[in-house]
Amino acid sequence: MVDGARNMQFTRRMMMQGGVALAALAILPRTLLAAAWPKETFAATTASQALKAALGTDVITPSDRIDLKVPEIAENGAVVPVSIKTSLENVESISIVVKNNPRPMAASFEIPPGTLPKIASRIKMGETSDVMAVIKTSNGVYSTASQVKVTIGGCGG
Amino acid sequence: MASTIKISAKLASDVADVKSLIKHPMETGSRIDPDTGNTIPSNHITQLIFTNNGKQVMVANFSTAVSRNPFFGFSFEGAKAGDTLRLTWVDNNGATDELETQLV
Repeated sequence: MVDGARNMQFTRRMMMQGGVALAALAILPRTLLAAAWPKETFAATTASQALKAALGTDVITPSDRIDLKVPEIAENGAVVPVSIKTSLENVESISIVVKNNPRPMAASFEIPPGTLPKIASRIKMGETSDVMAVIKTSNGVYSTASQVKVTIGGCGG
Repeated sequence: MASTIKISAKLASDVADVKSLIKHPMETGSRIDPDTGNTIPSNHITQLIFTNNGKQVMVANFSTAVSRNPFFGFSFEGAKAGDTLRLTWVDNNGATDELETQLV
């Protein structure tokens, strides 16, 4: 009988602590509950490492259903416009990978249901390089790439 | 303090077309200050979070390779006039800013 009572107290304390923790989480502004910034992905020094860190694989299927717009020649490597859209379905994320940048993963975008699979941004490129648009869907990982010639590198190093 | 954020959000049927411009140096951490010869420490936005009426509609993860004063555009469905669109950004030094706008 005594054991039973002690067990109940233990359980009640655990539930109260759990309850307080849950309440604290509820107070956090909704906007801050995004997935953590993918540090390893952005630290990777090769495209293959970056893709493995971001998506769990560097085995990617080329797709002609991805529309990647980048300039053929970028006069200023510090501001290279990139826009990506795709007709692939169930897109979960879009990533921009610049193969010859010191850290190839330039940016990645999480696409929740209801958001269109298209983005536009501006990136820095250190030198002439292929720029890859990598799309992760519920069916796999797809990509397309275009070369951008850079006359003045934009990494500033 | 003046906002670092400008947002333009245009509604066409139930699709909101969002364009944002944020004032931020996006220092890579490898640039050398021409006056002092010292390396300028990295100072860059890491994440942009967009919500519409509290529901996340986009999360953008940025490296130092996103250009200074980042421009970012995207679109989402299920939008209507009167919705509250909010953009929050955070950088690698913990600085943050946010801006709300109503969809029209």
